[in-house]
Amino acid sequence: MGLAKRIIPCLDVDAGRVVKGVKFVDIRDAGDPVSVARRYNEEGADEITFLDITASSDNRDTILSVVEQVASEVFIPLTVGGGVRTVADVRNLLNAGADKVGINTAAVFNPDVVKQAADKVGSQCIVVSIDAKTVSSEGDTDRWEIFTHGGRKTTGIDAVEWAQKMADYGAGELLLTSMDRDGTKQGFNLPLTKAISDAVEIPVIASGGVGNLQHLADGVLQGGADAVLAASIFHFGEYSISDAKAHMAAQGIEVRL
Amino acid sequence: MQRIAVIDYGMGNLRSVSKAVEHVAPNDSVLVTSNADIIKEADRIICPGQGAAADCMKALHDHQLVSVIKEVTQSRPFFGICMGLQVLLTRSDENAGVDCLDVLPGEVKRFSAPLTNSANQRLKVPHMGWSPVNRDKAAQGEHPMWAGIDNNTRFYFAHSYYCVPVDNQHVAAYADYGHSIAVALAHKNVFACQFHPEKSSASGLKLLENFVRWNG
Repeated sequence: MGLAKRIIPCLDVDAGRVVKGVKFVDIRDAGDPVSVARRYNEEGADEITFLDITASSDNRDTILSVVEQVASEVFIPLTVGGGVRTVADVRNLLNAGADKVGINTAAVFNPDVVKQAADKVGSQCIVVSIDAKTVSSEGDTDRWEIFTHGGRKTTGIDAVEWAQKMADYGAGELLLTSMDRDGTKQGFNLPLTKAISDAVEIPVIASGGVGNLQHLADGVLQGGADAVLAASIFHFGEYSISDAKAHMAAQGIEVRL
Repeated sequence: MQRIAVIDYGMGNLRSVSKAVEHVAPNDSVLVTSNADIIKEADRIICPGQGAAADCMKALHDHQLVSVIKEVTQSRPFFGICMGLQVLLTRSDENAGVDCLDVLPGEVKRFSAPLTNSANQRLKVPHMGWSPVNRDKAAQGEHPMWAGIDNNTRFYFAHSYYCVPVDNQHVAAYADYGHSIAVALAHKNVFACQFHPEKSSASGLKLLENFVRWNG
Protein backbone atom coordinates (compact mmCIF):
# COMPACT_ATOMS: atom_id res chain seq x y z
CA MET A 1 0.00 0.00 0.00
CA GLY A 2 1.16 3.49 -0.73
CA LEU A 3 -0.14 6.97 -1.34
CA ALA A 4 -3.80 7.00 -2.39
CA LYS A 5 -5.05 8.89 -5.42
CA ARG A 6 -7.33 11.61 -4.16
CA ILE A 7 -10.92 12.41 -5.08
CA ILE A 8 -11.83 16.03 -4.54
CA PRO A 9 -15.34 17.45 -4.86
CA CYS A 10 -15.38 21.12 -5.81
CA LEU A 11 -18.06 23.56 -4.71
CA ASP A 12 -18.76 26.95 -6.19
CA VAL A 13 -19.53 29.47 -3.49
CA ASP A 14 -21.22 32.79 -4.23
CA ALA A 15 -21.56 35.29 -1.38
CA GLY A 16 -21.28 32.51 1.18
CA ARG A 17 -23.73 30.09 -0.42
CA VAL A 18 -23.10 26.95 -2.44
CA VAL A 19 -24.45 27.46 -5.93
CA LYS A 20 -25.01 25.17 -8.93
CA GLY A 21 -27.43 23.17 -6.79
CA VAL A 22 -26.14 20.35 -4.73
CA LYS A 23 -28.84 17.70 -4.62
CA PHE A 24 -28.47 15.49 -1.62
CA VAL A 25 -31.89 14.26 -0.66
CA ASP A 26 -31.15 14.26 3.05
CA ILE A 27 -29.53 17.67 3.29
CA ARG A 28 -32.04 20.23 4.38
CA ASP A 29 -30.04 23.21 3.17
CA ALA A 30 -27.99 22.34 0.11
CA GLY A 31 -26.79 25.91 -0.09
CA ASP A 32 -25.02 25.69 3.24
CA PRO A 33 -21.30 25.06 2.70
CA VAL A 34 -20.91 23.42 6.12
CA SER A 35 -23.69 20.89 5.51
CA VAL A 36 -22.34 20.00 2.11
CA ALA A 37 -18.74 19.74 3.29
CA ARG A 38 -19.81 17.53 6.18
CA ARG A 39 -21.69 15.27 3.82
CA TYR A 40 -18.72 14.92 1.47
CA ASN A 41 -16.46 14.12 4.42
CA GLU A 42 -18.85 11.37 5.50
CA GLU A 43 -18.80 9.94 1.96
CA GLY A 44 -15.01 9.75 2.10
CA ALA A 45 -13.87 12.79 0.13
CA ASP A 46 -10.09 13.14 0.46
CA GLU A 47 -10.21 16.92 0.34
CA ILE A 48 -12.74 19.61 -0.45
CA THR A 49 -12.21 22.58 -2.74
CA PHE A 50 -14.21 25.77 -2.57
CA LEU A 51 -14.16 28.09 -5.52
CA ASP A 52 -15.28 31.56 -4.53
CA ILE A 53 -17.13 33.01 -7.50
CA THR A 54 -18.44 36.06 -5.66
CA ALA A 55 -18.41 38.90 -8.14
CA SER A 56 -19.28 41.79 -5.86
CA SER A 57 -16.36 43.14 -3.89
CA ASP A 58 -18.78 43.97 -1.05
CA ASN A 59 -19.21 40.28 -0.38
CA ARG A 60 -15.63 39.17 -0.80
CA ASP A 61 -15.00 38.63 2.88
CA THR A 62 -17.93 36.24 3.21
CA ILE A 63 -15.68 33.43 1.98
CA LEU A 64 -13.56 33.90 5.10
CA SER A 65 -16.46 33.18 7.41
CA VAL A 66 -17.46 30.20 5.27
CA VAL A 67 -13.93 28.83 5.60
CA GLU A 68 -13.96 29.45 9.36
CA GLN A 69 -17.22 27.57 9.80
CA VAL A 70 -16.23 24.63 7.62
CA ALA A 71 -12.77 24.32 9.20
CA SER A 72 -14.37 24.20 12.64
CA GLU A 73 -16.44 21.16 11.77
CA VAL A 74 -14.90 19.24 8.90
CA PHE A 75 -11.46 17.81 9.50
CA ILE A 76 -10.11 17.05 6.06
CA PRO A 77 -7.96 19.34 3.86
CA LEU A 78 -9.71 22.39 2.53
CA THR A 79 -8.53 24.27 -0.56
CA VAL A 80 -9.97 27.66 -1.37
CA GLY A 81 -9.53 29.51 -4.65
CA GLY A 82 -11.12 32.30 -6.62
CA GLY A 83 -10.14 35.94 -6.55
CA VAL A 84 -6.86 35.42 -4.73
CA ARG A 85 -4.59 38.26 -5.79
CA THR A 86 -2.08 39.01 -3.07
CA VAL A 87 -0.03 37.34 -0.38
CA ALA A 88 -2.38 39.01 2.11
CA ASP A 89 -5.35 37.22 0.48
CA VAL A 90 -3.49 33.94 0.87
CA ARG A 91 -2.71 34.59 4.51
CA ASN A 92 -6.26 35.64 5.32
CA LEU A 93 -7.65 32.41 3.88
CA LEU A 94 -5.08 30.27 5.70
CA ASN A 95 -5.76 32.09 8.95
CA ALA A 96 -9.46 31.45 8.47
CA GLY A 97 -8.76 27.73 8.29
CA ALA A 98 -7.96 26.91 4.66
CA ASP A 99 -5.12 24.42 4.25
CA LYS A 100 -4.27 25.36 0.70
CA VAL A 101 -5.01 28.38 -1.42
CA GLY A 102 -5.51 28.34 -5.16
CA ILE A 103 -4.00 31.15 -7.21
CA ASN A 104 -5.16 31.48 -10.79
CA THR A 105 -5.39 34.69 -12.79
CA ALA A 106 -3.12 36.61 -10.44
CA ALA A 107 -0.35 34.12 -11.19
CA VAL A 108 -0.68 34.77 -14.91
CA PHE A 109 -0.49 38.54 -14.58
CA ASN A 110 1.99 38.60 -11.72
CA PRO A 111 3.87 35.28 -11.39
CA ASP A 112 5.95 36.68 -8.53
CA VAL A 113 2.90 36.47 -6.27
CA VAL A 114 3.32 32.68 -6.37
CA LYS A 115 6.96 32.99 -5.34
CA GLN A 116 6.17 35.45 -2.57
CA ALA A 117 3.30 33.39 -1.24
CA ALA A 118 5.29 30.13 -1.28
CA ASP A 119 8.18 31.83 0.52
CA LYS A 120 5.84 33.19 3.13
CA VAL A 121 3.55 30.24 3.86
CA GLY A 122 5.31 27.25 2.32
CA SER A 123 4.82 25.51 -1.01
CA GLN A 124 2.50 22.90 0.47
CA CYS A 125 -0.14 25.63 0.90
CA ILE A 126 0.04 26.96 -2.64
CA VAL A 127 -2.00 25.45 -5.46
CA VAL A 128 -1.60 27.14 -8.82
CA SER A 129 -4.68 26.76 -11.01
CA ILE A 130 -3.92 26.36 -14.69
CA ASP A 131 -6.68 26.87 -17.22
CA ALA A 132 -5.42 25.42 -20.49
CA LYS A 133 -6.95 24.94 -23.91
CA THR A 134 -5.84 23.16 -27.06
CA VAL A 135 -4.46 25.58 -29.67
CA SER A 136 -2.98 23.09 -32.14
CA SER A 137 -4.98 22.07 -35.19
CA GLU A 138 -6.24 18.57 -35.63
CA GLY A 139 -3.45 16.30 -36.87
CA ASP A 140 -0.67 18.60 -35.61
CA THR A 141 1.41 17.95 -32.52
CA ASP A 142 -0.69 18.79 -29.46
CA ARG A 143 -0.13 22.25 -28.05
CA TRP A 144 -2.00 23.96 -25.23
CA GLU A 145 -2.01 27.54 -24.00
CA ILE A 146 -3.06 29.28 -20.84
CA PHE A 147 -6.44 31.00 -21.06
CA THR A 148 -8.04 33.54 -18.77
CA HIS A 149 -11.55 34.95 -18.40
CA GLY A 150 -13.20 31.57 -18.17
CA GLY A 151 -11.42 30.26 -21.24
CA ARG A 152 -12.26 33.18 -23.52
CA LYS A 153 -8.90 34.95 -23.70
CA THR A 154 -5.63 33.35 -24.59
CA THR A 155 -2.40 34.59 -23.09
CA GLY A 156 -0.14 32.96 -25.67
CA ILE A 157 1.67 31.15 -22.84
CA ASP A 158 2.51 27.50 -23.48
CA ALA A 159 0.77 25.40 -20.83
CA VAL A 160 3.58 22.89 -20.26
CA GLU A 161 6.22 25.62 -19.93
CA TRP A 162 3.93 27.53 -17.61
CA ALA A 163 3.41 24.48 -15.40
CA GLN A 164 7.17 24.05 -15.07
CA LYS A 165 7.60 27.72 -14.30
CA MET A 166 4.95 27.63 -11.58
CA ALA A 167 6.60 24.57 -10.04
CA ASP A 168 9.94 26.43 -10.08
CA TYR A 169 8.25 29.43 -8.46
CA GLY A 170 7.20 27.31 -5.52
CA ALA A 171 3.74 25.93 -6.28
CA GLY A 172 3.14 22.84 -4.17
CA GLU A 173 0.54 21.45 -6.51
CA LEU A 174 -1.16 22.26 -9.81
CA LEU A 175 -4.90 22.26 -10.43
CA LEU A 176 -5.16 21.69 -14.15
CA THR A 177 -8.44 22.48 -15.85
CA SER A 178 -8.89 21.58 -19.49
CA MET A 179 -11.01 24.48 -20.67
CA ASP A 180 -12.07 22.75 -23.88
CA ARG A 181 -13.58 20.01 -21.74
CA ASP A 182 -14.95 21.96 -18.79
CA GLY A 183 -18.71 21.45 -18.59
CA THR A 184 -18.81 19.03 -21.55
CA LYS A 185 -19.01 15.77 -19.54
CA GLN A 186 -16.68 14.19 -22.12
CA GLY A 187 -13.87 13.50 -19.69
CA PHE A 188 -10.54 15.14 -18.96
CA ASN A 189 -8.22 16.23 -21.74
CA LEU A 190 -5.93 13.24 -21.15
CA PRO A 191 -2.99 14.16 -23.41
CA LEU A 192 -2.84 17.59 -21.73
CA THR A 193 -3.05 16.04 -18.27
CA LYS A 194 -0.32 13.55 -19.10
CA ALA A 195 1.96 16.19 -20.62
CA ILE A 196 1.71 18.43 -17.57
CA SER A 197 1.98 15.60 -15.07
CA ASP A 198 5.11 14.25 -16.74
CA ALA A 199 6.66 17.71 -16.94
CA VAL A 200 6.61 18.57 -13.22
CA GLU A 201 7.79 17.01 -9.98
CA ILE A 202 4.79 18.32 -8.01
CA PRO A 203 1.36 16.65 -7.82
CA VAL A 204 -1.24 17.46 -10.48
CA ILE A 205 -5.00 17.56 -9.88
CA ALA A 206 -7.01 16.93 -13.03
CA SER A 207 -10.18 18.92 -13.53
CA GLY A 208 -12.70 19.79 -16.21
CA GLY A 209 -15.07 17.56 -18.14
CA VAL A 210 -15.91 14.69 -15.81
CA GLY A 211 -19.21 13.10 -16.79
CA ASN A 212 -18.89 9.61 -15.37
CA LEU A 213 -16.79 7.51 -13.03
CA GLN A 214 -14.61 6.06 -15.78
CA HIS A 215 -13.45 9.59 -16.57
CA LEU A 216 -12.04 9.83 -13.05
CA ALA A 217 -10.19 6.54 -13.44
CA ASP A 218 -8.87 7.59 -16.86
CA GLY A 219 -7.49 10.79 -15.37
CA VAL A 220 -5.26 8.70 -13.14
CA LEU A 221 -4.51 5.74 -15.42
CA GLN A 222 -4.02 7.63 -18.68
CA GLY A 223 -3.54 11.20 -17.56
CA GLY A 224 -1.12 10.37 -14.74
CA ALA A 225 -2.99 12.67 -12.34
CA ASP A 226 -2.34 12.43 -8.61
CA ALA A 227 -5.84 13.61 -7.78
CA VAL A 228 -9.10 14.13 -9.64
CA LEU A 229 -11.54 16.95 -9.07
CA ALA A 230 -15.16 17.06 -10.11
CA ALA A 231 -18.22 19.11 -9.34
CA SER A 232 -21.47 18.29 -11.05
CA ILE A 233 -21.33 14.47 -11.03
CA PHE A 234 -21.18 14.56 -7.25
CA HIS A 235 -23.52 17.48 -6.65
CA PHE A 236 -26.44 16.16 -8.61
CA GLY A 237 -26.49 12.88 -6.80
CA GLU A 238 -25.56 10.85 -9.89
CA TYR A 239 -22.67 9.32 -8.03
CA SER A 240 -21.33 9.46 -4.50
CA ILE A 241 -17.67 9.78 -3.58
CA SER A 242 -17.78 6.18 -2.38
CA ASP A 243 -19.12 5.05 -5.78
CA ALA A 244 -16.17 6.81 -7.39
CA LYS A 245 -13.67 5.16 -5.06
CA ALA A 246 -15.13 1.70 -5.56
CA HIS A 247 -15.00 2.19 -9.33
CA MET A 248 -11.37 3.32 -9.22
CA ALA A 249 -10.32 0.59 -6.80
CA ALA A 250 -11.81 -2.04 -9.11
CA GLN A 251 -9.34 -0.87 -11.76
CA GLY A 252 -6.37 -1.24 -9.48
CA ILE A 253 -6.13 2.41 -8.47
CA GLU A 254 -5.14 2.86 -4.85
CA VAL A 255 -7.76 4.90 -3.01
CA ARG A 256 -8.58 5.59 0.63
CA LEU A 257 -11.57 3.42 1.44
CA MET B 1 -10.82 20.85 33.10
CA GLN B 2 -7.30 20.75 31.78
CA ARG B 3 -5.44 23.45 29.90
CA ILE B 4 -4.09 22.52 26.48
CA ALA B 5 -1.73 25.04 24.91
CA VAL B 6 -1.37 25.17 21.13
CA ILE B 7 1.90 26.99 20.50
CA ASP B 8 1.47 29.91 18.11
CA TYR B 9 4.73 31.13 16.64
CA GLY B 10 3.18 32.57 13.52
CA MET B 11 3.78 29.55 11.28
CA GLY B 12 0.81 27.95 9.70
CA ASN B 13 -2.75 27.01 10.20
CA LEU B 14 -3.43 26.89 13.91
CA ARG B 15 -7.16 27.22 13.62
CA SER B 16 -7.50 23.70 12.22
CA VAL B 17 -5.46 22.27 15.05
CA SER B 18 -7.22 24.17 17.80
CA LYS B 19 -10.67 23.46 16.37
CA ALA B 20 -9.90 19.76 16.08
CA VAL B 21 -8.67 19.66 19.69
CA GLU B 22 -11.75 21.55 20.86
CA HIS B 23 -13.82 19.00 19.00
CA VAL B 24 -12.30 16.05 20.90
CA ALA B 25 -11.95 17.88 24.23
CA PRO B 26 -15.08 20.01 24.53
CA ASN B 27 -14.73 20.39 28.28
CA ASP B 28 -11.10 21.45 28.27
CA SER B 29 -9.58 24.85 27.74
CA VAL B 30 -7.67 25.11 24.46
CA LEU B 31 -5.36 28.12 24.33
CA VAL B 32 -3.64 29.22 21.13
CA THR B 33 -0.70 31.18 22.47
CA SER B 34 2.85 32.41 22.07
CA ASN B 35 3.05 33.40 25.73
CA ALA B 36 5.77 31.42 27.51
CA ASP B 37 4.07 31.71 30.89
CA ILE B 38 0.80 30.30 29.58
CA ILE B 39 2.66 27.48 27.87
CA LYS B 40 4.53 26.66 31.09
CA GLU B 41 1.28 26.53 33.04
CA ALA B 42 -0.55 24.31 30.55
CA ASP B 43 -1.20 20.66 31.34
CA ARG B 44 -0.32 19.55 27.85
CA ILE B 45 1.22 21.16 24.81
CA ILE B 46 0.66 20.88 21.07
CA CYS B 47 3.26 22.30 18.71
CA PRO B 48 1.99 22.51 15.11
CA GLY B 49 3.63 24.44 12.31
CA GLN B 50 4.05 24.68 8.59
CA GLY B 51 6.45 26.37 6.27
CA ALA B 52 10.20 26.42 5.93
CA ALA B 53 12.44 25.17 8.73
CA ALA B 54 14.59 28.32 8.86
CA ASP B 55 11.52 30.53 9.20
CA CYS B 56 10.09 28.29 11.90
CA MET B 57 13.29 28.27 13.94
CA LYS B 58 13.62 32.02 13.51
CA ALA B 59 10.03 32.49 14.65
CA LEU B 60 10.63 30.31 17.71
CA HIS B 61 13.70 32.39 18.59
CA ASP B 62 11.88 35.68 17.91
CA HIS B 63 9.04 34.63 20.18
CA GLN B 64 11.58 33.48 22.78
CA LEU B 65 10.04 30.04 22.79
CA VAL B 66 13.13 27.86 22.39
CA SER B 67 13.91 27.40 26.06
CA VAL B 68 10.28 26.98 27.08
CA ILE B 69 9.75 24.27 24.46
CA LYS B 70 12.86 22.45 25.58
CA GLU B 71 11.58 22.69 29.14
CA VAL B 72 8.04 21.44 28.50
CA THR B 73 9.22 18.56 26.28
CA GLN B 74 10.86 17.22 29.45
CA SER B 75 7.94 17.70 31.77
CA ARG B 76 4.47 17.06 30.29
CA PRO B 77 2.62 15.51 27.36
CA PHE B 78 3.88 17.20 24.23
CA PHE B 79 2.55 16.62 20.71
CA GLY B 80 4.52 17.89 17.71
CA ILE B 81 2.74 17.99 14.34
CA CYS B 82 4.42 18.29 10.92
CA MET B 83 6.95 21.11 11.30
CA GLY B 84 6.34 20.71 15.03
CA LEU B 85 7.97 17.28 14.62
CA GLN B 86 10.82 18.41 12.38
CA VAL B 87 11.96 21.24 14.65
CA LEU B 88 12.40 18.71 17.48
CA LEU B 89 15.27 17.06 15.64
CA THR B 90 18.91 18.12 15.69
CA ARG B 91 19.19 19.66 12.28
CA SER B 92 17.29 20.17 9.03
CA ASP B 93 18.71 20.23 5.51
CA GLU B 94 16.08 22.77 4.50
CA ASN B 95 17.23 26.31 3.64
CA ALA B 96 20.85 25.16 3.22
CA GLY B 97 20.92 23.78 6.75
CA VAL B 98 19.24 24.86 9.98
CA ASP B 99 20.01 23.93 13.56
CA CYS B 100 16.84 22.78 15.28
CA LEU B 101 15.87 22.09 18.91
CA ASP B 102 17.71 18.77 19.32
CA VAL B 103 15.05 17.32 21.60
CA LEU B 104 15.21 14.09 19.58
CA PRO B 105 18.54 13.31 17.90
CA GLY B 106 18.23 13.11 14.15
CA GLU B 107 18.20 14.95 10.86
CA VAL B 108 15.57 16.22 8.46
CA LYS B 109 16.22 15.52 4.78
CA ARG B 110 14.52 16.35 1.49
CA PHE B 111 13.01 13.66 -0.70
CA SER B 112 15.37 13.28 -3.62
CA ALA B 113 14.23 12.58 -7.17
CA PRO B 114 13.70 10.23 -8.85
CA LEU B 115 11.32 8.71 -6.35
CA THR B 116 9.29 5.64 -7.29
CA ASN B 117 6.92 3.25 -5.53
CA SER B 118 7.14 -0.55 -5.42
CA ALA B 119 5.34 -0.75 -8.79
CA ASN B 120 8.05 1.54 -10.22
CA GLN B 121 5.60 4.42 -10.68
CA ARG B 122 6.94 7.91 -10.25
CA LEU B 123 6.17 9.63 -6.95
CA LYS B 124 5.71 13.37 -6.75
CA VAL B 125 7.19 15.78 -4.21
CA PRO B 126 5.65 17.14 -1.98
CA HIS B 127 4.31 13.86 -0.61
CA MET B 128 0.73 15.06 -0.54
CA GLY B 129 -2.29 13.00 0.40
CA TRP B 130 -3.31 9.93 2.36
CA SER B 131 -0.70 7.26 3.06
CA PRO B 132 -0.93 4.20 5.30
CA VAL B 133 0.89 4.53 8.61
CA ASN B 134 2.50 1.24 9.55
CA ARG B 135 3.62 0.18 13.02
CA ASP B 136 4.87 -3.38 12.38
CA LYS B 137 8.56 -2.63 12.76
CA ALA B 138 8.27 0.45 14.93
CA ALA B 139 9.80 0.17 18.41
CA GLN B 140 7.00 2.40 19.73
CA GLY B 141 4.30 0.74 17.65
CA GLU B 142 2.30 -0.13 20.77
CA HIS B 143 2.44 3.41 22.09
CA PRO B 144 -0.73 4.45 24.00
CA MET B 145 -1.30 7.22 21.43
CA TRP B 146 -2.24 4.49 18.93
CA ALA B 147 -5.06 3.11 21.06
CA GLY B 148 -8.12 2.36 18.93
CA ILE B 149 -6.31 3.16 15.66
CA ASP B 150 -5.76 0.26 13.26
CA ASN B 151 -2.34 -0.48 11.90
CA ASN B 152 -2.00 0.86 8.32
CA THR B 153 -4.67 3.51 8.82
CA ARG B 154 -4.27 6.29 6.26
CA PHE B 155 -3.39 9.77 7.46
CA TYR B 156 -3.04 13.01 5.50
CA PHE B 157 0.50 14.14 4.65
CA ALA B 158 1.85 17.30 3.01
CA HIS B 159 5.63 17.53 3.18
CA SER B 160 8.83 17.58 1.12
CA TYR B 161 11.22 16.87 3.99
CA TYR B 162 11.28 13.83 6.25
CA CYS B 163 12.86 12.83 9.54
CA VAL B 164 15.78 10.47 9.97
CA PRO B 165 16.06 9.80 13.71
CA VAL B 166 19.36 8.56 15.12
CA ASP B 167 17.69 6.13 17.49
CA ASN B 168 15.26 3.61 16.00
CA GLN B 169 13.87 3.12 19.49
CA HIS B 170 12.13 6.48 19.03
CA VAL B 171 10.14 5.43 15.96
CA ALA B 172 6.40 5.03 16.54
CA ALA B 173 5.40 4.45 12.89
CA TYR B 174 6.69 4.27 9.36
CA ALA B 175 5.27 5.08 5.95
CA ASP B 176 6.56 4.22 2.50
CA TYR B 177 7.32 7.01 0.10
CA GLY B 178 10.00 5.86 -2.28
CA HIS B 179 11.57 4.25 0.76
CA SER B 180 10.58 3.67 4.33
CA ILE B 181 10.40 6.88 6.37
CA ALA B 182 9.79 7.43 10.07
CA VAL B 183 6.53 9.36 10.31
CA ALA B 184 5.92 9.29 14.06
CA LEU B 185 8.46 9.55 16.85
CA ALA B 186 7.94 9.04 20.55
CA HIS B 187 10.20 9.39 23.54
CA LYS B 188 9.09 9.70 27.16
CA ASN B 189 6.39 12.40 27.23
CA VAL B 190 6.94 13.52 23.62
CA PHE B 191 4.95 12.20 20.66
CA ALA B 192 5.30 13.78 17.25
CA CYS B 193 4.09 12.97 13.75
CA GLN B 194 4.77 14.09 10.20
CA PHE B 195 1.17 13.77 9.05
CA HIS B 196 -1.71 16.05 10.00
CA PRO B 197 -4.11 14.46 12.51
CA GLU B 198 -6.22 17.62 12.42
CA LYS B 199 -6.83 16.95 8.70
CA SER B 200 -7.12 13.17 8.83
CA SER B 201 -10.84 12.90 9.51
CA ALA B 202 -12.01 10.37 12.13
CA SER B 203 -8.63 8.64 12.59
CA GLY B 204 -6.85 11.93 13.10
CA LEU B 205 -9.41 13.04 15.65
CA LYS B 206 -8.90 9.74 17.45
CA LEU B 207 -5.16 10.41 17.71
CA LEU B 208 -5.83 13.89 19.12
CA GLU B 209 -8.34 12.42 21.55
CA ASN B 210 -5.72 9.92 22.69
CA PHE B 211 -3.29 12.76 23.27
CA VAL B 212 -5.77 14.63 25.40
CA ARG B 213 -6.00 11.54 27.63
CA TRP B 214 -2.37 10.42 27.52
CA ASN B 215 -0.39 10.94 30.67
CA GLY B 216 3.02 10.93 29.05
